Amino acid sequence: MANMAQAIRMALHFGEENLDVTDIFGQDVGAPLGGVFTATQGLKNTWNTPLDERGIVSTAIGLGLAGERCVAEIQFCDYIFNTIDLLKYAGNLNWSCNGNYNLPITLMTPVGAGIRGSVYHSHSFDAWATKIPGWKIVMPSTPLDAYGLMLSAIEDPNPVMFLKPKALLRVKGEELIPGEPDTEKALKAAIDAPLGDRSKWSPNWPKVKDFRIEIGKAKILEEGDDLTIVSYGRPLPLCQKIAKEHEASIEVIDLRSLYPYDWNTLYKSIYKTKRVLFVNEETEVTNFAEHLSYRVVNSDLFYRIDSPPRVLAGKNVPGIGLHPNLEEASVPYENEILKEVNDVLQVVP
Amino acid sequence: MSRLSSNTSKKPAFSASGASSKVKDKKHDPEDFQGLDKTLLLKMFNIMIQSRALEERLIKIYKTGEAFFWIGGPGEEAFGVPLGLLSKIGQGPEFDYFHLHYRATPTVLALGVDPIHAIRLIMNKKADVCTGGRNFSNHYCFPEKNITPISSPIEIQYGLSLGTARAQKRANTKASGKNKNSKYQNSISIVTGGDAGTAEGDFASCLVWATRPGDELPILITVQNNTWGISTSYSEQHGEDKISDRGLAFKMKCLNINGNDPVESYVKLKESMDYIRKEQKPVLLEASVSRLYGHSSASGANQQEGLACPIKDFKARLIKAGLITESESVEIKKSYEDEFYKMFKQVQKEEGPSADSIWENTFVNSENADWRSF
Repeated sequence: MANMAQAIRMALHFGEENLDVTDIFGQDVGAPLGGVFTATQGLKNTWNTPLDERGIVSTAIGLGLAGERCVAEIQFCDYIFNTIDLLKYAGNLNWSCNGNYNLPITLMTPVGAGIRGSVYHSHSFDAWATKIPGWKIVMPSTPLDAYGLMLSAIEDPNPVMFLKPKALLRVKGEELIPGEPDTEKALKAAIDAPLGDRSKWSPNWPKVKDFRIEIGKAKILEEGDDLTIVSYGRPLPLCQKIAKEHEASIEVIDLRSLYPYDWNTLYKSIYKTKRVLFVNEETEVTNFAEHLSYRVVNSDLFYRIDSPPRVLAGKNVPGIGLHPNLEEASVPYENEILKEVNDVLQVVP
Repeated sequence: MSRLSSNTSKKPAFSASGASSKVKDKKHDPEDFQGLDKTLLLKMFNIMIQSRALEERLIKIYKTGEAFFWIGGPGEEAFGVPLGLLSKIGQGPEFDYFHLHYRATPTVLALGVDPIHAIRLIMNKKADVCTGGRNFSNHYCFPEKNITPISSPIEIQYGLSLGTARAQKRANTKASGKNKNSKYQNSISIVTGGDAGTAEGDFASCLVWATRPGDELPILITVQNNTWGISTSYSEQHGEDKISDRGLAFKMKCLNINGNDPVESYVKLKESMDYIRKEQKPVLLEASVSRLYGHSSASGANQQEGLACPIKDFKARLIKAGLITESESVEIKKSYEDEFYKMFKQVQKEEGPSADSIWENTFVNSENADWRSF
């Protein structure tokens, strides 16, 4: 099974061959490295850029103005902050020119903790991203979803931000991507660049097929009756593990699309379980889950739930410290998620 | 009225083409105008006056309380008009792309945009085709002419030109390999901005990215240096004598011109644009211009004394050469003033955008963007 980096790579290959992707670019995105997480290795339309995030985003917008489809990368979301006004411009472009121009561009960036990345390789960006109207925001947590969401992002006529949970980029999937070789060894031999000299290497792309995950659709990973957990990115597998092992019946929803989001699936689940816990690793103050929680208590769910909606997120501190004690105290890990689950389940209405 | 009808359809009493019958050719000394013919000279003069008259109408619209804000380009006519006239006009990568700043009315008119759109824009009307009543005056957008949306941040256009130029270079290269006479050949991106905006990193990004070895981009990078950023003078903030010198470090063609002289502007712009089209490499061109009505309505929008006026100076040269008379010049101006007053009265009766239109175009085809409706 492909890992998420390989899945993204195959999606971009499909995009080059079938969806008119003209440019895949960013710092170290082209040969020889093919991205710091190898998500762009071996692709024909990749190129390396200067170390200039504003130039990367500007070029993507310009290509979009010319009607071209591109996928640009900011190497880590920690370095995206100096492009905020450009992201704002890209988001408001179609609106501010009354529909004269649209931007069919995809911007991808690794997010979150989990690789001992310290202060500048561990940030999250989901709350920031959802504060920029005009962008669609997606965040896969499995290789297959990464493949399907990337194809949808590429084809969408709007700017789409594709957040890559860096802790999950090397995690193998449990489902085959359509057209993926049957064995991990065969896939690796076909598309992974060798160590050392790569000047004569080229990938032998498998005949991957079209497969889309609709933007705006969540996925129920575990069904349950006692509690709904809504998560995405790195904490999601931890939530799923807890749900599988817990004596209570816990429903786990992978949000996948942060904007637009799948309120219908959330509503039905919370209506059923009467309790909800939102889990992500962005800092907790003005966290995106606070909006979802707000919506719960401002709907008729307010009169049905047995427990206040709860948000478990990263601590509101300036960074993620390098030492494991610091990182694990800053963003949700299994023990803290389990504690929150138990707390929510124990609330007596 | 056609959305993008040519300005020639609004022919004033004395037009460029009509001038030839009223002047004696023997008085025209081509050397005074670097070889430019009289038809072109009078056409430039005509559009310069048109642009000034339009801007002055926009200022009056603001000052009579019919608009919330004015910002524009009186004083940049001698640079902006030749720039528009020298461009390949159309939609898509085979034509020139424009990444303009908000003092670009002279260029926009020279590209053939109907002036009524400027009036609808400043008056925030529903029929404003540039923004639908959403943005300030002079924030033009005309996709039919590759005029990309003008934004209030005064630096980001430098970066955006990198993307359109990359698309053009790809199209140009592809076309030149197939057909030397292809319409896809030799289009360029044109970016304009003020001197103050060059302090932003995007200007540096433009220089770096446009000159990547082996991957140079066909961009005309221009700076209209009026020596002011709102109330802050250039001399207080910039140690470099010429902004155009910054391009020298990138081994790019750089030049500094008198942007108040339409003849020099035309000749130097043509040289530069011909070079870019042929070589597919950038040029950095700095033009000295006058800011004749201050920064914007925020600083009063009053005429500034003691500054060179490109129209006044050009008119004197044309009169001296016998290409036009004072009374003919006055007639041109009055004709445009009357026309724009009528447009104003027409637009005044038009409706504004509806409140419920705020969600429109958040996403393409007005896909639902209101979370309450997901």
